[in-house]
Parts: sequence; structure tokens; C-alpha cells
Amino acid sequence: MFSLVNFIPRAIVQSIPLLLGCVGETLNEKSGSLNLGIPGVMYVGAISGVIGSFIYENSGSPFNPVIGVLIPLLACLFGSLMMGLIFCFLTVSLRANQNVTGLAMTTFGVGFGNFFGGSIMKLTGSDVPSIALSATSKAFKTGFPTSLQHGAVGQLLLSYGFMTYIAIIIALVTNYILKKTRTGLELRAVGENPATADAAGININRYKYFSVCIGCMIAGLGGLYYVMDYANGVWSNDAFGDRGWIAIALVIFCIWRPNVAILESILFGGLLILYLYLPTGTNFATKELYKMIPYIVTIIVLILISIRNKKDSQPPEALGLPYFREDR
Amino acid sequence: MDKTVKEPLIHITKRRMVSKKREWTVRIVSILLALIVCAIVTAVTTHLNPFAVYASMWNGSFGSERKMWVLAKELAILLMVSVALAPSFKMKFWNLGGEGQVLAGVLATAACMVYLGDKMGNAGMIPLSLISAIALGALWAFVPAFFKAKWNTNETLFTLMMNYVGIQLVAYYIIKWESPKGSGKVGIINQNTQVGWLPSLGGKPYLLIVLVAVLVTVLMYIYLRYTKHGFELSVVGDSQNTAKYVGIKVDRVIMRTLVLTGAICGLTGWLMVAGTDHTITTTLAGGRGFLGVLVAWLAHFNPIGMLLSGFLIVFMSRGASEISTAFGLNKAFGDILTGIILFFVIGSEFFINYQIHFRKSHRKEAADV
Repeated sequence: MFSLVNFIPRAIVQSIPLLLGCVGETLNEKSGSLNLGIPGVMYVGAISGVIGSFIYENSGSPFNPVIGVLIPLLACLFGSLMMGLIFCFLTVSLRANQNVTGLAMTTFGVGFGNFFGGSIMKLTGSDVPSIALSATSKAFKTGFPTSLQHGAVGQLLLSYGFMTYIAIIIALVTNYILKKTRTGLELRAVGENPATADAAGININRYKYFSVCIGCMIAGLGGLYYVMDYANGVWSNDAFGDRGWIAIALVIFCIWRPNVAILESILFGGLLILYLYLPTGTNFATKELYKMIPYIVTIIVLILISIRNKKDSQPPEALGLPYFREDR
Repeated sequence: MDKTVKEPLIHITKRRMVSKKREWTVRIVSILLALIVCAIVTAVTTHLNPFAVYASMWNGSFGSERKMWVLAKELAILLMVSVALAPSFKMKFWNLGGEGQVLAGVLATAACMVYLGDKMGNAGMIPLSLISAIALGALWAFVPAFFKAKWNTNETLFTLMMNYVGIQLVAYYIIKWESPKGSGKVGIINQNTQVGWLPSLGGKPYLLIVLVAVLVTVLMYIYLRYTKHGFELSVVGDSQNTAKYVGIKVDRVIMRTLVLTGAICGLTGWLMVAGTDHTITTTLAGGRGFLGVLVAWLAHFNPIGMLLSGFLIVFMSRGASEISTAFGLNKAFGDILTGIILFFVIGSEFFINYQIHFRKSHRKEAADV
């Protein structure tokens, strides 16, 4: 039977990859970079972590939970950083079109994830049949002691792995930095009007590089969370699906505010699994129709936002435009 | 006051005139560099000899007459999608929904074949499925265009979400039509009667598709270059305000162009179901909606140029699928190589359009003046 205490924790687990992707993309967009490569970045982040922990788990040395968490974490951050650097180099230094670069990154990243996900056993010559990183996953799921996880409050608030809380902290900190600090102010200036920011002595390229790279690293963590926490360390190709794209859509819905994104991604996490709770009987076909719900809701919200057309719900003004000082 | 002005190490200016020769030299060099990087990546990740890999990639595309026909068919279909998307992108309408628009055509064709397969012959079925595929493809593109034109709704995400709506709709019908029951697959539709199947010209099953693709490409070239519609949409793409000022009805141009895009995507879907695959799956569009964007953009929306960029991508993916079977690797390897090539070609635009002056040469120029 349907119970909220059962449903909400599952929605939250679904929401964390969306949240991290959304916060990462917000950081990108605040600097004026519309990064459509985020789905690819999340794949690369996930598979980099998987490769790291796969090599560690199969190295034969006894499993140490701290190292077992650190290796995939660092590998994931490194992989996503590389993707961020590719995007920056092409769009900031070489002034390429952001949308096209992003799409190429998504093609590359998804291919990268699926290739190594499907071939790592063969490439490393190991004899395990599939990628199932149960020890690493168990380490990633450490959270509050089990004695605290009983009852409604315990289940709703305390039953998650540590990355869930880190993700929420990242969202809050990003929000704080964007709104309350000088760095955030300058970053927003870069995204709104780079020429003015440049005249004020702000180093445009440095801001763009840093915000895109950090944003990509945050998004990459979303991919890692999906594999290690949600999927119990089991990698299957294309399982991550379109969450990267939904994360990009969420940026518009949260009107570029990471703190709003927290609740909103939980809502969308719920929509993603709602079809499991809707009664279908034995008719499997209807279930496929129910899976449309998150996309239809996305479309409706997009339309409503555009019809209301409020002044404070506009994207950064220079979003998607390359900046070239001499180009005036 | 300190009189020494700090001069930056490099100084970048936009080139005023770019010769065709320079443009192509830069492009070819970038592709060669990309192929070298691909070879290194292949050698490092798979420990295979890169020359053997390229030889087997070449073999995968041109190894036999059948493989060459497959290459031609794949190129024709990718080219159709790119040609379809070109007008929307030229108008700066970021249509990422090519995938869904093709699937809409696929779904309409399959629906005609499944529901009316035993009620009419090919004479009625082929035109009927063609019209419904074009109509549904056009509808799939019209919906986001309508909201873009009326309320400036974000088209990138709208078209993207329409893809997933389309995929789920196809998934729904696949379960309804599955045969045998419980297999999760539709199988070959009308296998015995072959109703709704396109005839194969001169015993070559893919010839018709190639001819249609060539025709559509030429027509699109003429449409974009020599017609009033083509001119109007490029004005809208350059500046909506200019377009309004000269009396172009921007919203009408947006909707009209997207209906055209969707219609050609629908036509592509029809060719895939009626012409080659005779079945329906959720992955039939196979990422071409996204690759098509890149193909069109790399060719600067010139339909003839798309033939070249499309060929590059199809060659790489055919080749990569050959190495993945020959060396027992995952098929996604092709996407990695395609991605690397795209990065290089995208980056090469900079060296076509901009000039880099280093500090030393800059001083010399100043001395010359």
C-alpha cells in the first residue's frame, strides 16, 4: 500500500543526482555558460568513480572503507574536472558555440560511460561477470547509526547515505556563495554583463573556468551517487538515462537558486518513481504511459513560467554568448 | 607614472576575410589531428595496434558491396535528419527534438501498417502511411514552436522533453502490439503480406532511401538559398528585431519552419520503418536527432557541406562498430571517437575565424607601421 513514509525516502534518493546536476548546471549558467554537456559529465563522473573503485576492489588488498570511498570520489572529481576543462577550453578560450560543444560532450560522455561500463572487465582482464561494487557501495551508504533510523522521523530524515547530506550542504553553500559573497556577486556580473564586469576589472575567463569546472565536478558527483548509493554499486549501461537533461530543466524551474532546487528535485524524484505506485493491474502498457508524467510536468511548468514571464525569473542575460573583448 | 605598458603574451583579433583555402586547410589538419588522438586513445585503452584498428574501420565501411550500401543508407538517414534540422537551427531555434520527431514518423507508419495492414493493399497503404508520418512528425515539432512563437517558451528543453514523451508513447504501443506476446518486441510487421513495405529499386533495398535523401538535400539547398522563406528564416535567426522591423511575421516564420523540420523528420521515420527496418523500437532514431544537430552545425547549415560532415560521422561509427565486433569491445567506442573528432572540428573554427599574434610579432608589426 502507498505510504508517504515509504515514498518520500525513495523520492529523496532519486532526487540527489538531479539536485547535484542542477546545482552544477546553475553554477555553469551563472557564469554565462549554458552547458548542455552536463548529462555527459554525469556519466563520466560516474564511470570514473566506478573504474577507480573497480581497480581498488579487485586489487586483492583488504578493503578499507575510507580509502574505498576516497578513491572513487577523487576519480570522479578528476573525470568531471577534465570534462569541465574541455568545455571551458572550447567555449571560453576558443569561443566555440556552447550548445554544440555541450552536445558533443554529451555524445562523448555517454559513450565513454557505456564503453568502459561494458568493457572494463575485458580491458583489465578480470574474471568477474559484471560490475558489482558491493563493498564500495556499502561504504558509500554509511550514514547515521541504524538505531536512529526507526520511526517516521528517522526514516524520513536520517536513513540516507552520507552523500545525500553532502549534496544538500553543497546546494546550500552554493546558494550562499552566489547570493551573499563578493565572489558570487562578481560571478553573477560575469553572467549578466561580461563587458561591464570586464571594465570593473573582473577576470572574466578565470571566473568562467572556475565556475564551469566546479559546476561540472558537482554534477559528476551526482553520477557517482547514482551508481554507488542508488544502484548499490551495480553499473548497467544507459541506466542513468536522461536524468542529466532533467537536471538542466530543473535549473529553469528553480529560477537559478540552488536552495529552491532542493525541494524541487525531491518533487521530481517523486515524479520519476510515481509510476511504480500508480495502479495498473496487469496492464504493463499503461505503466509506460505513466512514465511520461515527469516529462509532461516539465513541459507544463516550462509553459507556465514563460507565460508568467516574471522579471526575476529570467536567465542570466549573457547566457549562451561567448565573450570577446574586442567584439563590440 | 609607470610608462611601461604591460603587453599580454598573446593578442587575438578577428580575421576580416577568410580564404576558402585557409578554411579547408585548418579543417583537414584538425581532422587529421583528431584521427591521431583517436589512434592514441584506442591504443592506450585497448592495447590494439592503431593501424590495425584503422584498417579494420576502413574495412567496416568499404569492405564489401553490402557494407558500402549500409554506409550509404546510414549516411542517407543521418543526412535527412540533419537537412531537416538545418532550417530550425539557421533560425536559431534550438531544436533538440529531432529524435522525437523521427520517432513520431516511425510511430505513425507502424500504426498504419499494424491497424490497416489487412484492410488495404500497398497502393493505399504507402501514401496513407507517408502522409500520417509526415503529419505526426510535423505536429511533434509544431507544439514547441507554437509556444516559442507565442510566449517565448524555452524551446531547447521543450523539444527535448517531447523526445521522451515520444519514446514513452512508442514504448506503450510496443507493448500493445508486441508479438509474440510477452516478448517486449513488435517483430517484423506484416512479414507475410509485406503490406506497407517500400519496393526495392533494381534489387537494391537501400537505393530508394539514398535517392530520396539526395532529392531532399537538393530541395533544401534551394529552399534555404533561393526562396523568400529561406531568406526570412535567416533574418529571424540573425535578429528578430530586424525581422519585425522589415515586416516579417516572426511567429509565423517560426511555426512554418518547424513544421517543415518535423515533416522531413517524419518522412525519415517513414523511410526507416517502411523502407528498411519494418519494425518499431524505442531506439530506432538512435541518437540521430542529436548527431544531426552537430552535422548541420559543422557544415554551417549548408546542405551540401552536411554530406561531408555526415560522412565523417557515419564512417567513424560504422568503423567503430566494426572494431567493436572484430575485437570484442563495447559498441559505445564509436561515440568516444566521434566525440573526439567533434571536439577538434569545433575547436578548429577558432583558428579559421581568429588570428593569434604573439608578443614578438606584434612589436614587429608596430615597427613596420
